[in-house]
Amino acid sequence: MKVAVLRFPGTNCEFDTQYAFETLGHTTELLWHENETLPSDIDLVVVPGGFSYGDYLRSGSIARFSPIMKAVTKFADNGGKVLGICNGFQILTEAGLLPGALKRNNNLHFISKHQNLCVINNDNAFLNQCKEGEVLNIPIAHADGNYYIDEEGFKKIEENGQILLRYSDEQGNPVVVNGSVTSIAGVCNENKNVFGLMPHPERALEAILGSEDGIRMLKGLSA
Amino acid sequence: MTAIVNVFLKEGVLDPQGKAAHHALDSLGFAGVDDVRIGKQIVIKLDTDDKTKAEAEVKEMCETLLANTVIEDYTIEIS
Repeated sequence: MKVAVLRFPGTNCEFDTQYAFETLGHTTELLWHENETLPSDIDLVVVPGGFSYGDYLRSGSIARFSPIMKAVTKFADNGGKVLGICNGFQILTEAGLLPGALKRNNNLHFISKHQNLCVINNDNAFLNQCKEGEVLNIPIAHADGNYYIDEEGFKKIEENGQILLRYSDEQGNPVVVNGSVTSIAGVCNENKNVFGLMPHPERALEAILGSEDGIRMLKGLSA
Repeated sequence: MTAIVNVFLKEGVLDPQGKAAHHALDSLGFAGVDDVRIGKQIVIKLDTDDKTKAEAEVKEMCETLLANTVIEDYTIEIS
């Protein structure tokens, strides 16, 4: 599989993301945001974490207008798989490729720690290697991860199985981490080819670093 | 002309910064504060004298970039 990893001014997780996908046996290519096209042989686009444009105005709000995002939108519209991690998730919601929005954490803190997540839906191209109800331990590191969606939108994503992950305890019970609506940590679009999550699976590849649950998560995208 | 855009979280969307400032005001002894909302103000200088045109243009700026209408409302004042 060939993975395009996007890079905006302020992106800082691009090398970890490359390392993760290369560890899983894929080839990767870093793509600067000024590119107007994606290489034709790309199987997956990853929008990695960081602080694109210094989080000015709103996290992800400026990056979404980068030239490369037009190509990403077209790629997604044609069924191409797109994954947004942390700031990448924020960029994809700002771009309208994913429902809802991410606002400041309720406690106003930058939260950086290992966090349990419960797999809510695995019937998609991302979490198919995980079991529903399974608890994964993945690091989070964000100030604007408080997922918001209005009631009507929530009903829709819930009925359509678009809620992928919730912050949870070790047993999989939802816990409040940042104020997200029903503790949501990750969602996908209606067509289930665009995925976004605040946690960083690319930082959970080795037991010595605290968890290797990220491998199972990212493996799904190439299955 | 100058456009002043105020962007606030929508009613019903919890404003954690406003809440923190509210608590701080309470603990400083300012009684009678019912609610505090924190937003941002964006001041835009425009090179037109046509108010209608300016309003339409700034509205488009808000819808496109300056506000995220999933969570935010905005107001525009032009002078």
